[in-house]
Amino acid sequence: MKEVGLRAYRAMEMARAFDTKISALYKAGKMYGGVFLGRGHEAIAASEAVFLTKGFDVYNPFIREQAGRCAWGYSVLESARCYLGSTEGCMRGRDGNIHWGVPQDGNPAPISHLGAMVPVVAGMMLAKRMQGVEGAVAVLNIGDGTTSVGATHEGCNVIAVEKLPVVIVVTNNQYAYSTPNAQEFGCADLVDRGRGYGFATHACDGTDFLQTLATMQRAVAAARAGEGPQWVVANTLRMCGHGEHDDASYIPAELKAAYADRDPLLIARRQVQEQGWLTEEEVAALQAECADEVQRAMAQAQKEPTPIPAETDWSSVSWKPSRY
Amino acid sequence: MSVTYIDAIHQAMAELLEEDPSVFLYGEDIAGKFGGAFKATKGLADKFPGRVRNAPIAEDAIMGVAIGAAIGGMKPIAEMQFADFGILALNQMCNNAAAHYFRTGMPLNVTLRMPCGGTPGGGPYHSQMVEALFAHFPGLHVFTPATVADAYYMMKQAVQIPDPVVFLEHKFLYRWLKADTWQEADPLPIGRARIARPGRHATVVTYSAMVPETLRAADELARTSGYQIEVVDLRTVKPIDTDTILASVARTGRLLVVSEDFPWGGVAAEVVARVASEGLHLLDAPPLRLSSKESPVPYHPDLWKAHRPHSEDIAAAVRYLITL
Repeated sequence: MKEVGLRAYRAMEMARAFDTKISALYKAGKMYGGVFLGRGHEAIAASEAVFLTKGFDVYNPFIREQAGRCAWGYSVLESARCYLGSTEGCMRGRDGNIHWGVPQDGNPAPISHLGAMVPVVAGMMLAKRMQGVEGAVAVLNIGDGTTSVGATHEGCNVIAVEKLPVVIVVTNNQYAYSTPNAQEFGCADLVDRGRGYGFATHACDGTDFLQTLATMQRAVAAARAGEGPQWVVANTLRMCGHGEHDDASYIPAELKAAYADRDPLLIARRQVQEQGWLTEEEVAALQAECADEVQRAMAQAQKEPTPIPAETDWSSVSWKPSRY
Repeated sequence: MSVTYIDAIHQAMAELLEEDPSVFLYGEDIAGKFGGAFKATKGLADKFPGRVRNAPIAEDAIMGVAIGAAIGGMKPIAEMQFADFGILALNQMCNNAAAHYFRTGMPLNVTLRMPCGGTPGGGPYHSQMVEALFAHFPGLHVFTPATVADAYYMMKQAVQIPDPVVFLEHKFLYRWLKADTWQEADPLPIGRARIARPGRHATVVTYSAMVPETLRAADELARTSGYQIEVVDLRTVKPIDTDTILASVARTGRLLVVSEDFPWGGVAAEVVARVASEGLHLLDAPPLRLSSKESPVPYHPDLWKAHRPHSEDIAAAVRYLITL
């Protein structure tokens, strides 16, 4: 566990450093469009992705899974490029912020419409099965809000019918934008949804790094071992606004206070030391290293070219009829 | 021996499955002995085990799975039981598949087959034309074959072309339209309209099941009035062959566009707009449109026949056009 634990923890530190930087740049008016942070989600995202192999497995992070992208193996430089629209980045300024991916790596580029990627990931795993690939799994992120969307239901049902090796991680951060759980779903617990679809189910306190890591390890291993689809409900609180434009003033002060000492990154820092994996000095050194890497990535992405409209190939299809 | 329009589609899919192991079929009720609501896939599941797959009744998921499989390197042919239900897959097709190449640089080789158009007794939800909806979005090719040979050739091309293709097969033509063979010595390339009948007094641009309807009108006009009507079959509404349309209008000076779709917007409006803006000087009279009525498609056969353009309506519209 130490090796994956340290990789996951490093991804959490890197994601927090990145989020801190983009938040500052947003507030300084240096970002286009929205900026979306993963505060409170880091342990979940890092733990789910650290058990995957880029280029073999499938990983579909979305809004708050910067830590997962790091654990999967993408440098923060790629995230910086996507936010800033660099033509060196995989989206080349054509899409941006958190809507990016490298489908060739098994990392599809999510569209904004919640739930739409659930059947897409099912299709990616169906393709692997038809191509005779064995042992690959997919991890797919949805949130409490996404469980309401029809596409999610349709996709989960297909995954169960086809018995695909997919781990759906439902991060319940208690708010879909400003809408609390009580206005989002009527079932007692989102675990019941997974059971209803025919998934094996798991639940964890997503603020507890080691507990989350162990839960994700079990779920991913079960899917990889052929035990069919897995449903993990990871509970946390979104410790930021929906985006940086949103002050989250609708989250009651008492609820925020209840999570004041449950920042998953602070818990992880404590736990890696308690485990004897790192010393206090090593934790401090890692934080500095991550801050430096983020700084370099942002500086580089800011220097890189952005798309030139007149030189852009605006084709929306790869094939064109031949002229006659 | 005579073959039908649906035989041609069946034959094309059988050959595609035979020729390319990455091709598979996915849709409702298409597998097993049943072979689809219209029997387009009958017998294929036995011949190609595992490659003709039944999907749950979930159109968004059918398209989502097809997109994911294409990301994974397969060439899925998804089937909607009726084009009207394909509207439930609009999000996946128009927001996800259509945008994919522009966003990520990776073309998606997905084909979406949809039986479209009216038949007696079909009613509001088993009759609609949806080509304009799909054609509106950048990133999709939209095929509307009107002959047995085109049904075969264009189905095969739909999979050869690496982008998403919406293949709209008219269910009225399925068993009504017959030919000696689906083979054509020298098929027109995709993207090129066909002069279905040469003429000099007026041009009628049309597609899908309105092609045979218009040819009947042209025969009637030739017999009764001596008018020679040039009938242009668009074959693909996107890409649209503006050159062939303009060349025909240059010969005749008059334009009528016939479509089975509702009148607001749509392919007929697009053709008129293109001719008006690129070839106004070629016109001796205002360009006209003839579409179905501005109401849902009705159930009773008498109402249905009055709702869609009939050869007599087309002949009357041409006679009026020639008086202008």
